[in-house]
Amino acid sequence: MSDLSDLYQEILLEHNSKPRNFRKLEDATVHCEGFNPLCGDHYTLYLKLADGVISDTGFQGAGCAISKASASMLTQRVKGMTVEDAEQLFDHFHRMLTQPGAEVDYDFLDDLEMLSGVADYPTRIKCAILIWHALHSALEGGADAVTTE
Amino acid sequence: MASESRLFDVDEIRRDFPVLHQEVNGRPLVYLDNAATSQKPQLVIDALVNYYTTENANVHRGVHTLSQRATDDYEAARSKVRRFINAAEDHELVYVRGTTEGINLVAQTFGRANVGPGDEVIISAMEHHSNIVPWQVLCREKGANLKVIPINDAGELLVDQYESLLSARTKLVSIVHQSNALGTINPMPTVIQMAHERGVPVLVDGAQSVPHMTIDVQEMGCDFFVFSGHKLFGPTGIGVLYGRAELLEAMPPYQTGGEMIRSVTFEETLYNVLPHKFEAGTPNIAGSVGLGAAIDYIDALGMGRINAYEKELLDYGSDALSRIEGLKIIGTAKEKGGILSFTLGDIHPHDIGTILDSQGIAIRTGHHCAQPVMDRFGIPATARASLAFYNTKAEIDSLVEGIDRVLEVFS
Repeated sequence: MSDLSDLYQEILLEHNSKPRNFRKLEDATVHCEGFNPLCGDHYTLYLKLADGVISDTGFQGAGCAISKASASMLTQRVKGMTVEDAEQLFDHFHRMLTQPGAEVDYDFLDDLEMLSGVADYPTRIKCAILIWHALHSALEGGADAVTTE
Repeated sequence: MASESRLFDVDEIRRDFPVLHQEVNGRPLVYLDNAATSQKPQLVIDALVNYYTTENANVHRGVHTLSQRATDDYEAARSKVRRFINAAEDHELVYVRGTTEGINLVAQTFGRANVGPGDEVIISAMEHHSNIVPWQVLCREKGANLKVIPINDAGELLVDQYESLLSARTKLVSIVHQSNALGTINPMPTVIQMAHERGVPVLVDGAQSVPHMTIDVQEMGCDFFVFSGHKLFGPTGIGVLYGRAELLEAMPPYQTGGEMIRSVTFEETLYNVLPHKFEAGTPNIAGSVGLGAAIDYIDALGMGRINAYEKELLDYGSDALSRIEGLKIIGTAKEKGGILSFTLGDIHPHDIGTILDSQGIAIRTGHHCAQPVMDRFGIPATARASLAFYNTKAEIDSLVEGIDRVLEVFS
């Protein structure tokens, strides 16, 4: 196991205590729940989509520091991205945490690389990845996604 | 650091548990997750090895020597269980996989035969999911209603409200003896007596009580009592359902197949006598032998001493944790077992668990399979340290230091 400070980095703790875009997005065009029944982490991700671009984001809910920081960083990062790029980002983020040694574009992930330390804590990977599955589902129009258009 | 107990020599007891003597993440293991599962003394491990090394055979089937030995051991362990919880007869004890299977057995047999449309089953607000879902499923199937006894802010059963829930439609009360999430010990004799006054049988979920206090099912007066071997320092996959013979006799079988029959033709099957009627298929023979060994171990130590020592540990731990700023103990019943469930400001229990683990301290975090309990207290989860007789005050000191480290990370 890596050093604890690799997991609970300052920036993660900062996102946890002051989450960005932590609100219900009133004019969201799609929202999706991320729920882990085993640990109780529960978030709703709101996206406003227009012309294949995510023009605004928001999230609400409760969970551990890792899940909340990951959600906060996601909403910050995908705002203004095309749907296609956001899907790419999901793929790279997913690979970074679940497929050791897989090819990952860390330049593209940028500050999200900070969450790579979670891969050393198998029981916590699901925390970091929860909101990303909600994003994936929302963009794909998956079973849990609710379109409000 | 606190001086250790004079009640018994904890260091010597710890030598019986090989798993405790290791480092986890570079620190000596502090195992405080005993309510999830307990560690096993060498005696139990040896019993399993010995069984597979010298006796392994199927039970109640062969005329050969090994089969007889295995059968003798399997049944001897049943007698040990009978003495341990003071049941009247060996055949009132049915081997199951654990508490969950025991409750499901009663729901699927006694429940299906006795609960009909409009009838009621009573449980409490502090139940483990395993004592909620089987009844919920049964009630849905039968058009019956599940009634829930509320609890107060300390996590104690509201006995008055329980009394008003009991009605002519009540077919069964199923209630936990000691709560896994809160530690509350319920007033069983009162609960049972009130039900019996109305002719209602009572099932007691003893998963958390059996490892920590003397159980006498006859004195308690319960109709069913269920527990798991693995929480009692025995192996996983073995548990016991106690039922009064009269009730077990009247119940239809649970699973069907070999062992549980007396005779089979294609037209008709006659069922075996108790307890074999409920033990279809080849049972967990090694598990029963391991459970018997665990009971021998507990008997030698003395449940009275174990209980007194654990009370001392709980008082020490409650006191030490309550001094931590921002820490709130969830579950403060007057009658309480060795469970320290807590929240720590707005730090999520999973983060507490990970940081403690990095210091070799094993606790449970989450909803403890008791989501309605979490809802009752308006929290998503707790961190839970649960004690056993091999824990020490020094380990509780380590827990306190560990929590200080959590606060430091989140400061």
